[in-house]
Amino acid sequence: MIIIGERINGMFKDIGQAVREMDPKPLQEWAIKQQEAGATYLDINTGPNTDDQVTAMKWMVQVVQEVSDLPLCLDSTNYDAIEASLELCKKPAMINSCPADRPKIERVFPMAVKHNAKIIGLTMDAKGIPKNADNRIALAMELVAAADEFGLPMEDLYIDPLILPVNVAQDHAPEVMEAIRQTKLLSNPAPKTVLGLSNVSQKSPDRPLINRTYLAMVMACGLDAIIADANDDDLMATAATGEILLNQSVYCDSYIKVFKSR
Amino acid sequence: MAFAVVKERYSSKVNEVVLGATSEKGGTRSHVLKVGGQTTLPYLHFEGEVPNKPIIAMEVTDVEPNWPAPLKEMFKDVYNEPVDWAKKCVAEYNADVIYVVLNGADPDGANKSPEECTETVKAILKAVDVPIIVKGCGDEEKDNEVLTKIAEECAGENLMIANAEQENYKSLAAACMVHKHTLIALSPLDINICKQLNILVNEMGLPLDRIVIDPMIGGLGYGIEYAYSIMERVRMGALQGDKMLSMPMVCTVGYEAWRAKEAYADGEEFQSWGEQSFRGPLWEAMTATTLIQAGADILLMRHPHAVKLVQKNIAELMESNKY
Repeated sequence: MIIIGERINGMFKDIGQAVREMDPKPLQEWAIKQQEAGATYLDINTGPNTDDQVTAMKWMVQVVQEVSDLPLCLDSTNYDAIEASLELCKKPAMINSCPADRPKIERVFPMAVKHNAKIIGLTMDAKGIPKNADNRIALAMELVAAADEFGLPMEDLYIDPLILPVNVAQDHAPEVMEAIRQTKLLSNPAPKTVLGLSNVSQKSPDRPLINRTYLAMVMACGLDAIIADANDDDLMATAATGEILLNQSVYCDSYIKVFKSR
Repeated sequence: MAFAVVKERYSSKVNEVVLGATSEKGGTRSHVLKVGGQTTLPYLHFEGEVPNKPIIAMEVTDVEPNWPAPLKEMFKDVYNEPVDWAKKCVAEYNADVIYVVLNGADPDGANKSPEECTETVKAILKAVDVPIIVKGCGDEEKDNEVLTKIAEECAGENLMIANAEQENYKSLAAACMVHKHTLIALSPLDINICKQLNILVNEMGLPLDRIVIDPMIGGLGYGIEYAYSIMERVRMGALQGDKMLSMPMVCTVGYEAWRAKEAYADGEEFQSWGEQSFRGPLWEAMTATTLIQAGADILLMRHPHAVKLVQKNIAELMESNKY
């Protein structure tokens, strides 16, 4: 399971302030903390209150790479910021994200191919997020076709079927699970799948419980990656245990520890 | 239409482990040997790198062993002289490494002292210039005394020392770390214990590239398929990025092959199986070549004829099949 640590995001107060003041310390602390907890990618998001997204993201990429050698997940709707940052990434990065929307596909896929980057492809278009699995799959298919068209290796495409908060859109959880299963059948080799896991528990009282329960369920459907709180120890233990029970990694008594120090 | 070769791309590789140390690194060997480093399954040169050939370590015991006739016949002139025995293996049979088994330390046998055992190892180190693997007698308490003493006295030589086991690894791991040796971690045909033991040894501070896996094997006809499947799984783990299974593997080929009835049995009733002096070595060679296919990196062997056959097999396997 690929763990994309979600914490370096301007939506969080400390990071937002650090980005505005160009203070590298909070970013670097969270980079190290997430890496030690088991993150395999670090999400980088400037947050909404930044005037110059390009400069801000480039700066974030630089300061994070000073302390961590993890690959980065460049999280923005500003593709100029992502493109400028791709130049700076020491390891092949992940672009977060591109919807199944033709103008955006034409903007994002070529730059991913050029920089050997992976893409998180969202199963939504200009009309929004579909209500059921079938419509999610139709959009996933457009992204798969785009990967083929632009020459992106299929295993570098991460389909995100978009989970919504369970307290307002309960009927989406099983539809997303079905979408993950079917995405794996779209091509051979199959595209990867990813979820912004924490979204499932937005504004619910016991968020970690909902997150880790849903993680176990979607892992069984074939999920490859999550954008999540890497410092939630129970969540990481659930991911490690899921890998063992799916026979994806070899059991040993210290398997959780090994998972975190991959 | 052009034919496209389907190639698997693995995310990781087998650790490269060094045997022995030259004077620059604090040892006295004329050369070092490397094992591991593969980026693909055994001998798929067309798909990845197989940078090091498997090596053969020939077994020498410090006291006269009770071995079957074909082995006794080959070594009768040196049977009681481990130093001469080691020399003979290197000079006459081109052994890559000498595998010294200190059966004489056994408290129920000759009960040799740690000092006596150390002298034997030092004498062999002086007599031959190839790297050396040292194994204890199998009595945990005694081995901890004997092997830590040897590790200390031969500091810097980068011996390969056997065996660390799940219930007894601390003294040996510490000795290898402090005195710069490599450790063989033995697990009883159990991949889960194998991985756990590597973690435990590594947590003691011994780097991963100073650990070698002994997965325990069965000889041909005696459970070799169990060993084979575990070794395959270990190797797949290594190539898929499981750091705790990324070590090269060592196999006790001679020991297991010569425990097989087909190798050791002599006498009238077994004549239909063919000459023992022929079928015994063949049994050992077949055990070795089978395990090489499963990823064995170091073969601990006994009979010179078997060694010769396996050397030939290795040379053939190391020829490139790139296309």
